[in-house]
Amino acid sequence: MYDITIIGAGVVGGMVARTLSKYKLKICILEGQNDVAMGATKANSAIVHAGFDAKEGSLKALLNVRGCKMMESVCSELGVSYKKNGSLVVGFDDNDRATLNELLARGITNGVEDLQLLEKEELKKLEPNLSDNVICALYAPTAGIVCPYTLAIQAIGNAMDNGAELKCNFEVSCIEKTENGYRISSDNESVDTRIVINCAGLYSDKIAGMIGDNSFDVHPRRGEYILLDKECGDTVACTIFRTPSKMGKGILVTPTVHGNLLLGPTSFDIEDKEDKDTTAEGFAKILGNTHETVSGVQLNKTITSFCGLRSVGSTGDFIINSPEKGFINAAGIESPGLTSAPAIAEYIADMLKDEGFELEANPEFNPTRKSYHAFGDASMEEQNEMIKANPAYGKIVCRCEGITEGEIVDAIRRNPQPHDLDGVKRRTRAQMGRCQGGFCGPYITELLSKELGIPYEGVTKFGGDSLVNVELTKGGQAQ
Amino acid sequence: MRDLVIIGGGPAGMSAAIAAYENGVKDILILERDESLGGILQQCIHNGFGLHKFGEELTGPEYAWKYEAKVRELGIECKLNTMVLDVSEDKVVTATNSEDGIFQIQAKAVILAMGCRERSKGALNIAGSRPAGIYSAGTAQKFVNMKGYLPGKNVVILGSGDIGLIMARRMTLEGAKVHAVCELMPYSGGLARNIEQCLNDFNIPLKLSHTIVKIHGKQRVEGVTIAKVDENRRPIKETEEYIACDTILFSVGLIPENELSKSANVELSGITSGAVVDQDRQTSVEGIFSCGNVLHVHDLVDYVSEEAEIAGKAAVEYINGNKDESVSIPVKTDGKIRYTVPQIITKKKDVSVYFRVSNIYKNVTVKVTDGENVLLSKKRVKVAPGEMESVTLKKEMLENAKELYFSLEEK
Repeated sequence: MYDITIIGAGVVGGMVARTLSKYKLKICILEGQNDVAMGATKANSAIVHAGFDAKEGSLKALLNVRGCKMMESVCSELGVSYKKNGSLVVGFDDNDRATLNELLARGITNGVEDLQLLEKEELKKLEPNLSDNVICALYAPTAGIVCPYTLAIQAIGNAMDNGAELKCNFEVSCIEKTENGYRISSDNESVDTRIVINCAGLYSDKIAGMIGDNSFDVHPRRGEYILLDKECGDTVACTIFRTPSKMGKGILVTPTVHGNLLLGPTSFDIEDKEDKDTTAEGFAKILGNTHETVSGVQLNKTITSFCGLRSVGSTGDFIINSPEKGFINAAGIESPGLTSAPAIAEYIADMLKDEGFELEANPEFNPTRKSYHAFGDASMEEQNEMIKANPAYGKIVCRCEGITEGEIVDAIRRNPQPHDLDGVKRRTRAQMGRCQGGFCGPYITELLSKELGIPYEGVTKFGGDSLVNVELTKGGQAQ
Repeated sequence: MRDLVIIGGGPAGMSAAIAAYENGVKDILILERDESLGGILQQCIHNGFGLHKFGEELTGPEYAWKYEAKVRELGIECKLNTMVLDVSEDKVVTATNSEDGIFQIQAKAVILAMGCRERSKGALNIAGSRPAGIYSAGTAQKFVNMKGYLPGKNVVILGSGDIGLIMARRMTLEGAKVHAVCELMPYSGGLARNIEQCLNDFNIPLKLSHTIVKIHGKQRVEGVTIAKVDENRRPIKETEEYIACDTILFSVGLIPENELSKSANVELSGITSGAVVDQDRQTSVEGIFSCGNVLHVHDLVDYVSEEAEIAGKAAVEYINGNKDESVSIPVKTDGKIRYTVPQIITKKKDVSVYFRVSNIYKNVTVKVTDGENVLLSKKRVKVAPGEMESVTLKKEMLENAKELYFSLEEK
C-alpha cells in the first residue's frame, strides 16, 4: 500500500515525486511508456519563462513566477543544466509595441522582476543578429533555459534515491475506490494507494474520467522544432520570442543549455494524442518565421527536427484541483508548465496538507543528486583521477558530444534506469550530436545489451516494437 | 615532444605515416580512436579497392591490411582507442584513452587524417514520424558487417552515394528486399560501376529526381511516401507514392570531420568543408597538414593513399626545416568546376590538381588558364560530380603564373 501514487513520469510527475519524497511517504510513480520523460517533457522549448505571459491572477501566472524563482536552486541540487540567459519578446511595429507594453504591465502585476522595454539601439548591442526589422523588445533578464528531460529524470532519480518506486510500462487501465484509497490497475498489475496524483499529461482527462471526473478535456497541440549544430549556439544569447498571438508565443529562436540553437515551435491543434509527426508546412513556417526575427541562422547546420505535443486543457489555465479527497489532478500543464513544475509540486504538497493529510518531514531526505555530466564537467586533473579509478572514462564512445563509456555505463546502472537507446541519449547526450548516433549507436546497443542482460537484437530505440535490429545475418554470431 | 603526430589511423593516416617514415622521420605517433587501425575500410568488406594503387581488386580490410602490416613492420607507434580532444595552433595535441588518461603532446608537425562522417537523416527535415529503423547507410553497414545483425528486411534507400549503393546490394545478399533507391538529383552521386554492380545486377530500381516526403510508422518504420521532384528539387504532389518498408537508409552525403582543424584555427573551405591546402597538403597553419576524407571526400581510397603520401613527405620536409623558395598562386574555379585541391600553390614544381565538377557534362574541355595564357587544355567525354578528376601541371607552366583558373568549356 502506497501513500502516494503519481500517474505520469514527466517533469510535473517527477517534481511532485521529488517534492513529496521530502516527507515520510511511500511513493510510487507509474509511467505508461518504457522510460520517464517521454511526453511533452522530452520535446518542448526548454525555456524557463519569466512570467509576464499568463493572465493576472491565474494559476499559470502564480506558479510560473514562483517556478522561475525556484528553478536555479532546484537545478543546482539536481545536477541539471540551467542558464539564466534572459529573454526578448521582439516587436516589429506599433501594434506589437502596444502588446509589449501590456505584457510589461502584466509582468509587473505578476511579480516579474527587472522587466524593461528596450529600443532598437540597445537591442543591437545585446543581440547583434536580431533582424533589422525589430524596433523594440521586452527584455526579461530572469528568464532562462534548462534541460527539461534531465530535470524530470533527475527529479525522479532523486525521489528514488529517497525511497520512491518507479514502474514503467504501467499503462493505467482502471482506477477503483477501495476502503483506504484507490486501486490502480494496468492490464497486468495493480497498486493500492491512499492518494492519487494525476500528472498524466495528454491523458490526464482520461485518468480523471476513471474516477468519474469529466470536468475537463485535454487536447494535443503540435509543436515542431528544428535543432541546429553547436556551431550555431551563439547566434543569439537570449531566447528570442515574437510578440504573442492567440495561438501562443510564436516561433522562438533560442540557444539550448547544451549550446545548440533551437527553432520552433509551430502550433497546430490536432486530435490524435499519438501523432507526433512533423510536417512540411511546419518546417516552412519555422524557417520563414526565424528569418523574420534573427539573421544569420545557418539552416544548413540542422542536426535534427522533432515534434512534441502540448497538453492543452479546456479551461485556459492549469487544472490543478482535487475532485475528491485523495485524488489530485495536475492537468492541462501546457506552457509555462516546465517553468512551473517545481512550484506545481509545492502547490500540490500544500493541497494535501489542506486536505488534512499529515506530511511528516523525512529527516534523511537528501536533496542533491550527481549530474550525469559530472565527468565531463570535471577539471582535467579530476578527470585523470577518475580515469585511473575507472578506465572506461578514458574511452570516448560518442565523439560528437565527447561522451565516454564510463558515463554511459553509469547512466545505464543508475535510477531511473534507461532501457533503450533514446533513454541513454537523454541521460548522457550520446547520440545527440551532429552525427545523431551514426557512429556510436551500434556500440551503445552493445553496452545496453550487456548491462541489461538482453540480446543484442532485443535492444530498442524507445521500447515496445521499436527494435533496432531484426535478426542475425547469414552466419552472424550472437554478440 | 614528438616529430610527427598523425590524427587518425585509417587509410590516410597510415599512408602518411609510412611515407613520412620512409622519407626519414622515424619519431611518429598515430592516434586512432577505434580499437584497431583501418578506419572505415574495416567495414567495407566488398571488393574494388586498390585497382589504381596495386592493380588488383582488394576488399576494404585487405587494402587496409597492406598498410597496417607496413606500419607494424616499420614499428611506427600507434595509440588505439585514443580520442584526440584538441589540437592547438602551436601543435599541442590533447588526447584521452583508458591507459594514459588525458595527455598532451607537443608535435613538430601534425597531419590531420580524421576522415568524414555521414550526413544524417536529421539534417534533412523530412516530415513524418521518428521510429526505429532509420539509419545512415554506414551505420547499417556496421551492423551487418561488423556486428552480424540485419537492421531490417524491407528497405528504401534515400541517396545514391556509394555507401548507399553498396548497402543496397549487401542488404539484398542478406535476404532483405530493397524496394528503391531514391536520388534527389537527376543523376547519381555514386560511381558508375556501383550503379551497375549494386543496383542493376539485382534489379533494384534507381529513382532519379525522387525524394522521401514522409516517414510513416509509430514504433518501427512502416513505410515511406516518395515523390518526384521538379527542377527546383521541390516534390510534385501528384507523383506521391507509398512504399511499405521497415527500414530507411540514408546515403545523402559525407562531411569531412574538421572539428579538430577548427580548434587548431585551420582555414576551411566552404565548398569542401575541409582545410584549404597547398600542393603539399599543408593547411593555413604552418606544420599542420591535412589529407584523405577530412580534406575532401574521395570516391576511391587509392587517391586517399596517394594524397596522404604527399602530406607525409611534405611533413618530413617541414620537420627537417627544408624551405624552398615560396610563392603564392591561388587556384580558382568557374563554378562548373566546383573545387580544386590544392586551392593554392606555394612551390614551383609538378603539381597534380584534383577537382570535382558540379553537374554532369559531356564532351567538355578542362581549361587551366593564367590570365590570358592557356596553360593546359584537356578533353573529357564525360565528367560527373561523383567521380573525382585530376590534371597535372608541369613545373614550367607555373614559372610566371599569378593565378590559376580552372574552367570547363562546353561545345
